[in-house]
Amino acid sequence: MDGITGSLGIVGYGLSAIGPGVGVGLIFAAYVSGVARQPEARGMLQTIAILGFVLCEQFAIFGIALAFVFGGL
Amino acid sequence: MIALPASAGFTPPSPADFWQPLIGDGAFAVTRPMVVMVLTTAAICLVLVLATKKLSLVPSRGQWALEGVYGLVRNSVGRDIIGAARVRPYIGFLFAIFTLVLVNNLMGITPVVQYPTFSRIGFPIVLAIAVWLVYIAAHVRHNGVGGTLKHLVPPGLPFAAVPVVFVLELLTFLVIRPLTLALRLFGNMFAGHMLLLLFALGGEYMLLHGGFPLNVVALPTFLIYFFLTAFEILISFLQAYVFVLLTSLYIAEVYAGDH
Repeated sequence: MDGITGSLGIVGYGLSAIGPGVGVGLIFAAYVSGVARQPEARGMLQTIAILGFVLCEQFAIFGIALAFVFGGL
Repeated sequence: MIALPASAGFTPPSPADFWQPLIGDGAFAVTRPMVVMVLTTAAICLVLVLATKKLSLVPSRGQWALEGVYGLVRNSVGRDIIGAARVRPYIGFLFAIFTLVLVNNLMGITPVVQYPTFSRIGFPIVLAIAVWLVYIAAHVRHNGVGGTLKHLVPPGLPFAAVPVVFVLELLTFLVIRPLTLALRLFGNMFAGHMLLLLFALGGEYMLLHGGFPLNVVALPTFLIYFFLTAFEILISFLQAYVFVLLTSLYIAEVYAGDH
C-alpha cells in the first residue's frame, strides 16, 4: 500500500497534547496576572502555579507513554 | 515515521535506542543507566561527606552552594508545605530525593555520560514506590488505618455521594499518585532525550548524507539542538523540584486533619 506509513500512536500523542497545552497556558496566564496585581504574593503563587502546571502536564505525559505502548499496533 | 526528501538511509531514533546493555543480555544485564546510577550515587555521597566535613560559620564556596540546595528543599518546599513544626523527620528524605533526581537528570546533558537515568521506567518506579511507602507509613502512624480511610472523604458530603468519592479517592491514594509520580519523571526525561537524539541524528544525516538543499538546513538543526540542551537543564531542575514538591504535598496531607 502506498501513502503515509507510520504509527498512529504519535498522532494520538499530538491530540493528547492539545488539552494540556491550553491548560498550561491558562495556568501561567493566571499566574502572571496574579503577580502583576500583587507582586508580594509571588513566592506563594509560584508554588501553586508549578503545582497546577504539573497536574495539567501529566496528561500529555500519559499521551507520550501510551503512544509508545500502543505504537506497535 | 519521519519523511525526509532523501529518507532512504535515515533511521529515526526509537525507544529501542535506550536499551544499552554493557555486560550480559536479557533480564539480568548490567545496563548503562545502572552504571550511571551507581556512579552518581557514589558521587553524591562523596561530595556531601567531603563538603560537610569542615563546616564553618563563614562558609566556603562549596559549603555555600550546598547550603543553597539544602535551603531550597528545607525552606521553600519543606517548611512552606509540610510546616516548620512537622518537617524535621522528612528533611533528609526530601533532600536525598532532590539531589538524586537532579544529578541524574543533569547526567542527560553531561558530556561523555549523556544518559538520563530516569528515562528508563524502572528507576522512577522505584523512587515512586519509596515515596508511596513513606506517605502511607506516615498516614498510618499518625492517623491509624481507620483515620486514614476516614480522611479520604472530605466532611460535609451528601450521604449518597460518600461511597463513590471514597472509591475514587482510594484509587487516587493507592494507584494514581505513585503512577503519575513515576510516569511524569520518566516521560519528561525520555521525551527530552528523544528530542535531543532526533535533532543530533537528523542534523548529522542532513549534513553528511543529505545532499545540497539539506546541507544548509543542518546548521539551524544544530542550533535548535543547542537550545534544546539548554532547555533540558531547566527541565532537569524543574522535574527535581516538582518531584520533591509533590512528595511533600502528599506528606503534608497526613497532618491536614489536625488544626
